[in-house]
Amino acid sequence: MSPDFIAAVLVAVTTAATPLLLAGLGELVTEKAGVLNLGVEGMMLVGAVGGFAAASATGSGLTGVGVAALLGMATAALFAFLTLTLLSNQVATGLALTIFGVGLSSLLGKPYIGMPLDRLPPLNIPGLSDLPLVGPVLFGHDALVYLSLAAVPAVAWFLMRTRPGLILRSVGESPEAAHALGHPVIAIRYAATLFGGAMSGLAGAYLSLAYTPMWAENMSAGRGWIALALVVFATWKPGRLLLGAYLFGLVLILQLHAQGLGLAVPSQWLSMLPYLATIAVLVLISRDATRIRLNAPASIGKVFHPDT
Amino acid sequence: MTATPDAAPPRLELEGIAKRFGDVVANEDIALDVRAGEIHALLGENGAGKSTLVKIVFGLLQADAGEMRWQGRPVRIANPSAARALGIGIVMQHFALFESLTVAENVALGLDAPPPMRELNQRIAEISERYGLRLDPGRHVQALSVGERQRVEIVRCLIQDPTLLIMDEPTSVLTPQEVEALFAVLRRLRAEGRSVLYISHKLEEIRALCDRATVLRGGRVVSTCVPAEESNASLAAMMLGEGKLVPDRPPHAREATPRLELRDLSLPSADPFGTALQHISLAVHGGEVVGIAGVAGNGQAELAAVLSGEVLAPSAGAVFLEGQEVGRLGPAARRKRGLAFVPEERLGRGAVPDLPLTGNGLLSGYATQPLVKHGLIDRLGTRRFAQAVIERFGVRAGGPAASARSLSGGNLQRFIIGRELLQQPRVLICVQPTWGIDALAATAVQEALLQLAADGAAVLVISQDLDELMAIADRIAVIGAGRLSVAEPVAELSVEQIGLRMGGRDAA
Amino acid sequence: MRLRLEARGAPSAAMAWATPPAAVLATLVAGSVLFAGLGFDPLQSLYSFFIQPLTNAYGIGELAVKGAPLIICAVGLSIGFRANVWNIGAEGQLTMGAICGGGVALALPDAGWWLLPVMVVAGAAGGMAWAAIPAFLRTRFNANEILTSLMLSYVAVLILSYLVHGPWRDPAGFNFPESAMFPDTGMLPVLWEGTRLHAGVLLAVAVVLAGWLLVSRAFLGFQIAVAGMAPAAAGYAGFRGKRLIWLSLLIGGGLAGLAGLGEVAGPIGQLRPTVSPGYGFTAIIVAFLGRLHPLGIVPAGLLVALSYIGGETVQIELGMPVAVAGVFQGMLLFFLLASDVLVRYRVRLTRPGELVA
Repeated sequence: MSPDFIAAVLVAVTTAATPLLLAGLGELVTEKAGVLNLGVEGMMLVGAVGGFAAASATGSGLTGVGVAALLGMATAALFAFLTLTLLSNQVATGLALTIFGVGLSSLLGKPYIGMPLDRLPPLNIPGLSDLPLVGPVLFGHDALVYLSLAAVPAVAWFLMRTRPGLILRSVGESPEAAHALGHPVIAIRYAATLFGGAMSGLAGAYLSLAYTPMWAENMSAGRGWIALALVVFATWKPGRLLLGAYLFGLVLILQLHAQGLGLAVPSQWLSMLPYLATIAVLVLISRDATRIRLNAPASIGKVFHPDT
Repeated sequence: MTATPDAAPPRLELEGIAKRFGDVVANEDIALDVRAGEIHALLGENGAGKSTLVKIVFGLLQADAGEMRWQGRPVRIANPSAARALGIGIVMQHFALFESLTVAENVALGLDAPPPMRELNQRIAEISERYGLRLDPGRHVQALSVGERQRVEIVRCLIQDPTLLIMDEPTSVLTPQEVEALFAVLRRLRAEGRSVLYISHKLEEIRALCDRATVLRGGRVVSTCVPAEESNASLAAMMLGEGKLVPDRPPHAREATPRLELRDLSLPSADPFGTALQHISLAVHGGEVVGIAGVAGNGQAELAAVLSGEVLAPSAGAVFLEGQEVGRLGPAARRKRGLAFVPEERLGRGAVPDLPLTGNGLLSGYATQPLVKHGLIDRLGTRRFAQAVIERFGVRAGGPAASARSLSGGNLQRFIIGRELLQQPRVLICVQPTWGIDALAATAVQEALLQLAADGAAVLVISQDLDELMAIADRIAVIGAGRLSVAEPVAELSVEQIGLRMGGRDAA
Repeated sequence: MRLRLEARGAPSAAMAWATPPAAVLATLVAGSVLFAGLGFDPLQSLYSFFIQPLTNAYGIGELAVKGAPLIICAVGLSIGFRANVWNIGAEGQLTMGAICGGGVALALPDAGWWLLPVMVVAGAAGGMAWAAIPAFLRTRFNANEILTSLMLSYVAVLILSYLVHGPWRDPAGFNFPESAMFPDTGMLPVLWEGTRLHAGVLLAVAVVLAGWLLVSRAFLGFQIAVAGMAPAAAGYAGFRGKRLIWLSLLIGGGLAGLAGLGEVAGPIGQLRPTVSPGYGFTAIIVAFLGRLHPLGIVPAGLLVALSYIGGETVQIELGMPVAVAGVFQGMLLFFLLASDVLVRYRVRLTRPGELVA
């Protein structure tokens, strides 16, 4: 295999991994606060279509990215209002958010099907980006890629080293105790859920503005669910999430390029790979119940009502 | 005892405090004052309104009416931050601790503006040193014993230099030796001029420790007194009114052969935070009540689960029921052989909160009563069974259709115990039979257990309430760090001896 | 004014009855706002969406044709949801049922009257087998069934796609990705001339009755309810949790498989890349809207079926995107979940400054 080919694969893996990393980091923070939002897929799709629409209307990819983040937050706010204010079941509400997001994005996206759009531009760093091999692999990406990579240490630092991060973790561990100490449990959970929504929106924008600059119905193809599984795989640790996202990036790329490599396997079998891989990693990590128990936020998915 | 000149206003003064929850009156016209440098008891039985009042003082609840004064100034305490700012600290009965976080992180979460971690660790070390509250700031709470957890709570308060420390039922989870150590700390705080509001229903402790006492009954203040000048009986009369304190003990005779037996049972815990059981042997005979004492988290939950069959023993021969190996049988099979079980957790384990009492009767009744035919529920029979429990055991409920959630703690416990007793068990295992229920219901429950033993059944009671075990058990064994001592007759045991054995994990 | 929730002692039965119609009403209001926002006359659109399809026999037949798979799937899912087993992969189980049942028809084109019963059994078995995977992974490896069952849905659809593009493609089918048509003995008979109403509807009726018996009379249904409401109490009672997980997934999968078979042996008559417009997912909404009760699921299933037909009607009549049906279904579930709060809590409005808990 030539170095150019390896470089091309690495670039492709990065682009495939970025939406998983963005959405996964957002959900990780949400879950650390004790909220299980299964609506990632729906939020991603709404972000993807909104980002695409805004970018094509304004001609500015960055505007698209911003709109996608806002729309992700808006859908997450809907989820938060239902689960945190109206105390609805988080699992059911997350499913509703996905169903709603799929429907809404196809409805809103109808006029944009088949419309071309410029890819989100790479951040060209003079000198570095032009280096052979290293240039495209390390320095040839767009802003969202770097944002996703920077977000990994940032989220880790926030959660483990700052006071708001400590409070957020305490809310996820025991909302009753956090409430008894006077921490605003509901407000913190709102904030964590909105952050998760914004990150899912960004993941959606990455899909429709950078990964494949176009809009297609259901274009996330289960990536939101894969991101959810990756959070479990990562045992709620940002560093491991990075690893997981890039591993899955590799699987996704393998699937796309296997035929190019001369593998005579029907495309459907290859398309199954990411889904089967998701099941495999879930099984691998979940079989160790102790490990999950020690790392999972203890209150995840449970309704909290301060008076009871 | 109180050195405060009469002219100085009390540190905390409450007047006319009232609080309702829907139709339930929790507090009515409460007046209370806590002076500087005194330990003031808030005495009352379960459900008297103590916890509500404490939550109001700490800003977790807002009173419907009344006034609070701090050092003579009227104040409104909107939230815990405001309480802390005034100089109020609290150690809750249910610790506000986070298992997966370190001691230092737990302390930091209780402070409004914590110093950097390194400085905080130093302050924790200082406070621990000064009051003899040994603690390692870097350890995770999940690895701490109950006594150590309470130390975290106390240090978290003291680090804020409070002038009023509220202690809510602090001794219910401690060994007698730990209680003494705690009292030493509280007396030292008093000597420093701080005030302590000490909530308890344990008369002995209050007489030993407190300068004055305010007694609550049914949400109202019935008396303010100096406990040292009172007797246990007079304090009890204030607290309970005409209630009955000591259960009747019908005579009972111990059978020769054990009905329930554990033989060298060892079991690793499925829960990473749990306790492994090690080489446990125990025999409970018909006609006796055996008590298992111990501090929470020393293997009681694991022992109860392996006795009830919710967790299977590693071998069939580790558990015997009437001479038969049952270690590998589940709860239903054990029930059919005459075992009944009353768990500690009433709502959620012993009863399903949202099911009516009919369904909750069926929950364990199906195993011994003809309530299921051809896979279908006999609705009439189920209703009759629940109705019988309600009538026989004086459960106050809106009939068999009332949900378990709608019952008070005492009435739900009557229902659960009644459901088990109505199945005429040959062996009954009961965990924390009277925890958190009012005195009347508690006495009724204890009498039911004693009557069952008198009728010839083997009764095993697992409880953290040593006073209760001393009152109803014939023999007591102590569980500590997953090991069980030999059960000895109560007459041959002193509280101190039991306390030393309870040390278990703390001593290690 | 601030909104405050006060826990009820017991869930309100009246509210449990009243909230689904209220959610439907709220959806209609929000829907008309949506229609107006899209530039359509709201009343005209609502008429086309909800009334017009019911004005002829064909439409009413379609209601039953689309309602049947939804109801069958939803009854199965509701049993799992009662046990807190979140099987959201009914779409995959439905697809697998279609593959297995349809496979039998393709393998035995000359079979006699017994073909259809064999297909029904094979369809249910296929759905069960597909649901057995998450059941095994959950009980053996503790793997979350939400994610595994969903991932398996994607896999099942891909398997079907592979089959109709490859080995099972009809050689006489002009290279379309479709199987051969099933023989007549492998088709559910049409019950009502002039419509597509087929015998699958009878299956739905039977499933609802069996579901009702299980949920409200059978001890097994009681065990499932206890396991869902209070797992620790189920353990205390001696109900075996893993067995209940297996059972509820197998029931859910089997019924989804049955629904899939009903589609290919009913209105479709062959295997195609897509055998369901997302019935397996939409059934989640139906199950909740029906309060996880078989008798509630019947009107809920018909209503959601109407949203499918209405979506098609507004597409034809008004040129509206067909995705509007999905939006309606999502909104419906949102409003229902939001109004659920009234079952467990009393809502009190309080003025700021007023002293309350």
